[in-house]
Amino acid sequence: MSAADVPLPDPGEREITYVAAFIEAVKLEMAADPDVFIAGEDVGAHGGVFHTFDGVQTQFGERRAVDTPISEQAIIGLGIGAAVTGLRPIVDLMFMDFVLVAADQIANQAAKLKYMFGGQAKLPLTITTVGGAGLSAAAQHSQSLEALFCHIPGIKVVFPSNPYDVKGLMAASVREDNPVLFVLHKRMLGQRGAVPVERYEIPLGQARISRPGSDVTLVSWGKTAADSLVAAEQLAGEGIDVEVVDLRTLSPLDIGTVVESVRRTNRVVVAHEAVRFGGFGAEVAAQIQEEAFDYLDAPVGRVAAPFSPVPFTPALETRYVPDPARIAAGVRAAVARPLLGR
Amino acid sequence: MELTDEQLLAMHRSMIRIRLFEETAGKVMETGKMPGFLHLYVGQEAVAVGVCEALRVDDYITSTHRGHGHLVAKGGDLRRMMAELMGKATGYCGGKGGSMHINDLSLGMLGANGIVGAGAPIAVGAGFRNKYLGTDQVSVAFFGDASTNIGAFHEAANMACALHLPVVFVCEHNMYGEYTPTNKAMVIADIVDRAAGYGMPGVIVDGMDVVAVHEAATEAVARARRGEGPSLVECKTYRYFNHHGIQNLGLKYRPDDEVLAWKERDPIFTFEAKLIDTGVASRELLDATWAEIHAAIDEALQFADDSPFPAEDQMLAGVYS
Ligand SMILES: Cc1ncc(C[n+]2csc(CCOP(=O)(O)OP(=O)(O)O)c2C)c(N)n1
Ligand SMILES: [Mg+2]
Repeated sequence: MSAADVPLPDPGEREITYVAAFIEAVKLEMAADPDVFIAGEDVGAHGGVFHTFDGVQTQFGERRAVDTPISEQAIIGLGIGAAVTGLRPIVDLMFMDFVLVAADQIANQAAKLKYMFGGQAKLPLTITTVGGAGLSAAAQHSQSLEALFCHIPGIKVVFPSNPYDVKGLMAASVREDNPVLFVLHKRMLGQRGAVPVERYEIPLGQARISRPGSDVTLVSWGKTAADSLVAAEQLAGEGIDVEVVDLRTLSPLDIGTVVESVRRTNRVVVAHEAVRFGGFGAEVAAQIQEEAFDYLDAPVGRVAAPFSPVPFTPALETRYVPDPARIAAGVRAAVARPLLGR
Repeated sequence: MELTDEQLLAMHRSMIRIRLFEETAGKVMETGKMPGFLHLYVGQEAVAVGVCEALRVDDYITSTHRGHGHLVAKGGDLRRMMAELMGKATGYCGGKGGSMHINDLSLGMLGANGIVGAGAPIAVGAGFRNKYLGTDQVSVAFFGDASTNIGAFHEAANMACALHLPVVFVCEHNMYGEYTPTNKAMVIADIVDRAAGYGMPGVIVDGMDVVAVHEAATEAVARARRGEGPSLVECKTYRYFNHHGIQNLGLKYRPDDEVLAWKERDPIFTFEAKLIDTGVASRELLDATWAEIHAAIDEALQFADDSPFPAEDQMLAGVYS
């Protein structure tokens, strides 16, 4: 039986935070497999600047929770070299923006190695990072760069929206034999939700309908998927029944779940935090029109950030990041568009 | 080179401007009125000041995430700085950059920087420009000890040497990169050891002694101006506060007695003692400087407080020129 066939556990009663779910997954994988280790800047003694690795070094020691120099390229390279020679590394880039410092190692090396070697290699490498805006961290510490890596064949991209998904997707990412970029959102870290105590995997490449609805489909991921649920509640009060599809994994993309939903609702909006131009929403929209053109009653709507770097001042940043109100406005527009006869 | 009393007092004044600006910013941050991350420069004042006093306004500098001190030392306007930190429209970057991107290009500053190590290659570019145009300007890259573990630093250092550019690399060795002691991130104690690997001279100076920093910087800058190529100045210094914010004692990753020992060697107070000893200034004169700068900072804060936030139509302004 593959992971995809295993039913997911009931969330249960216990509520923990998004970051605690992540730590729990990391610890469970490390406990289960001595080849799993973590490495990155301040992940050991300090537990990560966002506390994403709190207590890992205490539990597993310095051998398996390694503080590295500030050397993003070498951090990814360390992961690649260790993975291709048989370990199962989790390497961390403190902020998602720093993926650009390590871009060669991620995109030219990790993602392509297996293919270039004619399939010889396995590369069980998980690259963890924290993305997103909302802390006035300005242009170089706030980006959502997932689309860049979705454009690269050979690496998977995961961006969970809630604690339950964090734990299950992280377990699956670590067990994955291909490189995975696993993105946490910095504004979600303290969000609470029900999470099973036991280990479970959420298969990569499976979207989830996080709220069923009949009038319009709203596709998103990461924090925006959580905000989409809030927007959907607002819209329910206005008589608009929104179906929310949380992609969970962006690459590989589960377009099937999206298309199936669109065929029922006939209207769809894609919402994300990254800039709209060239954002991953464009790919989702393109695939929807390829596979569900005849079912669409309106163009695929998009809600995303404007085409500028993330501004520092809260006066602009709060208007930059799509919030539930803007997502709701995008959905209203898609629903309001009349069906024109030809 | 003997420094004039005027120069000494200018350095004293500049260090106090940094100290009080930073302490004030830290206090404002505590009230919640200052958004984002604040990496304060307190403790390291002698480095920015000693180096920038050896520079002309038309010399270039690149800075780091800990960049306020460099801008103040280069002559930054405290009002526009404070306004930037508060995200106001009147700030240096219109509120779009904040602490980590604060900058005044007209003073030759090429940006604070949110990416560790990223300033050094840009300083090399400015040095290239100076050589290309045949000017006698130099560029200075300020960077932290821990940043020298990033590829960008090595590429920049080597390229500056290979192309024989008028660049001075100034390392502020404060012994930590965030929460990791640098001696756990590299096995050499002195960054200056790296200089030889690129073929440039390097010196170590006491980064708590503004005169010593100034002397070393003056020599390195003169060498670059003469067209004799890059050099590295390593300043041993200490940041009093946590990596960001204003907590100074009780931190898990560094012992309190280490902090206190460094504070004993405070760059401003030790310098003041020397100024008084050597008869350059009286206590009254120095106190008057503190009072005057206190007033200037209060005024800057008022200015920032009274300033408006940028309007929403500023969002897309400046993405392209
Ligand atoms: C490429 C990159 N990696 C990591 C960081 C996070 N970070 C910011 S400052 C810092 C420590 C830098 O230490 P050092 O260069 O010694 O400067 P200091 O903070 O001591 O002034 C780190 C790791 C970053 N901003 N950029
Ligand atoms: Mg340092």
